Amino acid sequence: MLNNIFRKKRKYATVSSYQPKTTEAQEIANTSLESTSRLPDGLWVKCPKCGEALFKKDLVENLRVCTYCQYHFRIPARERLEHLVDPGTFEEWDRDLKTVNPLDFPEYEEKLAEASEKSDVSEAVLTGKGEISGFPVVLAINDADFMMGSMGSVAGEKIARAVERAIQLRYPVVIFSTSGGARMQEGILSLYQMAKTSGALGKLAQERLLYISVLTDPTFGGVTASYASLGDIQIAEPGALIGFTGPRVIRQTMRKELPSGAQTAEFNQDHGQIDMVVQRAEIPQVLARLLRVHQEGAKYGSVL
Amino acid sequence: MAQYFDFEKPLLELEEKIAELKQFSQEKEIDLSPEIYKLMRRLVRLRKEIYSNLEPWHKVQIARHMERPNFHDYAPLLFEDFIELKGDRLYRDDSAIAGGIAIFQGTPVTVVSHVKGKDTKENIKRNFGMPHPEGYRKALRLMDQAEKFRRPILTFIDTPGAACDLGAEERGQGEAIARCLQSMSQYTVPIICTVIGEGGSGGALALGVGNTLLMLEHSFYSVIAPESCASILWKDPSKAKEAASALKFTAQDLLELGIADGIIPEPLGGAHRNVKKTAEGISSAIAQALEELQDHSPEALQTTRYEKLRNFGTIGT
Ligand SMILES: [Zn+2]
Repeated sequence: MLNNIFRKKRKYATVSSYQPKTTEAQEIANTSLESTSRLPDGLWVKCPKCGEALFKKDLVENLRVCTYCQYHFRIPARERLEHLVDPGTFEEWDRDLKTVNPLDFPEYEEKLAEASEKSDVSEAVLTGKGEISGFPVVLAINDADFMMGSMGSVAGEKIARAVERAIQLRYPVVIFSTSGGARMQEGILSLYQMAKTSGALGKLAQERLLYISVLTDPTFGGVTASYASLGDIQIAEPGALIGFTGPRVIRQTMRKELPSGAQTAEFNQDHGQIDMVVQRAEIPQVLARLLRVHQEGAKYGSVL
Repeated sequence: MAQYFDFEKPLLELEEKIAELKQFSQEKEIDLSPEIYKLMRRLVRLRKEIYSNLEPWHKVQIARHMERPNFHDYAPLLFEDFIELKGDRLYRDDSAIAGGIAIFQGTPVTVVSHVKGKDTKENIKRNFGMPHPEGYRKALRLMDQAEKFRRPILTFIDTPGAACDLGAEERGQGEAIARCLQSMSQYTVPIICTVIGEGGSGGALALGVGNTLLMLEHSFYSVIAPESCASILWKDPSKAKEAASALKFTAQDLLELGIADGIIPEPLGGAHRNVKKTAEGISSAIAQALEELQDHSPEALQTTRYEKLRNFGTIGT
């Protein structure tokens, strides 16, 4: 029943959304892992999928989705937050956690400084609590503009703390991922943030609290192999590239081109990795419906 | 005779000189034993000197050496009766990971390990020790049984990384690894992880969430292969040597960073010079680690492991 509703909704919203032509899909796949959510200078932006010229202001107002072909541009975490939570309900956590250079890795400080300038988040993820259609949730949102959303010690710690607070508050957790994976400059400490975040989500699961993972473009490597894949419910935005290994490395390994549409949200759904592909504009509403079914008081055997 | 590494060249030269002298003294029937003895002592000194000053990049070479002992070399030396169990019950058996049950010093245990091949043919069969999702799901199935039957879990890490082909993506490589991480953080039995060779990224970490992490002296454990790191950072894979130093991934680095709990010494010249001796070192280190955990309640085993994970990472103030 629910499935039908979702399918109908999606059909309605994304009917022509993703039928990539080979070269085009490959091209998008090629460029998108390195770039950020930043739009080029000027008043107009060219849609990488349909080629239409889009008025930048309109594009941003339309949640950065192309009005012609529904191509989802990347969206900074704060912009996403704005249309996701009920106005005035968001409380940000742990903004002051500071990233250091534990291994004295070359050029890391410079990269961090550059990332702070390019983004309006303090690290690759912002966390806090808020309400979606009146349902309280703990939120974590990756930001691609901060070193490609990569997970170092601070990002891992912020997610773990957010999940632990969700357990105290008995709130569900929603995480929007967009990340190139682990943060190389923090070496093995970065790798173990995968275990840390997965461990925290394990505790959440033990407490029978809901976790919804929303995968957005791109989600790869250590993030796919940790929190992004552990949702009770897995949602993805149309066309988002999602995988463990990046397309370039797969091509090198297999010494051939990937089939058209490989590693997209739709590919992942076809292979059983994603419950549903949902248009950006529809996500708050879909989350609200899922949260309603999982309300604390609504569990079988408890008094409603 | 074991293959030589570049940095062992002075040793090779000395060994050749000794062999020459020996042959010369035999042919000419001249007693050169004092000279030969002197050179042999110098050889031992030089080997010690070289092996106590290894650079991270040298360790990478040792850890990846074709003759480096793999899990199947150690298993008969570590366990009284290793019974291999196969398959993930979902898709197929992945021989890049071996698992099963065994008796370790009188205690029943569950064992899971990456397995690299010892030659090209075996490497193709084992995908160079790079597991597919079904390998991780087999590991998870066996570890779930360990939790059910309350057996300690011993894992051995030795992989360049998880498989990186399209099949791995189609079958959910990320999800398979993530489930291992989550379950390992929740189990209430002791988990001892030992890096025996190469610990490559998330594919290694999937067997690396334990109460205790041990590392062989010349093993390494890294977020990324040094070659890949160099090509991303400096667009130049030949700078792998520099990346190897920057990543701080040797056993000694990880001990200092608080990720590893102990280093198991290797025989002079590396594990491949004496498998039996290396296995003895592994065996006593695991026994000691298990002994340290024997008074922990199931809850304490879970809690202390989680606390340990929570403390990993460096945060500024
Ligand atoms: Zn378009």
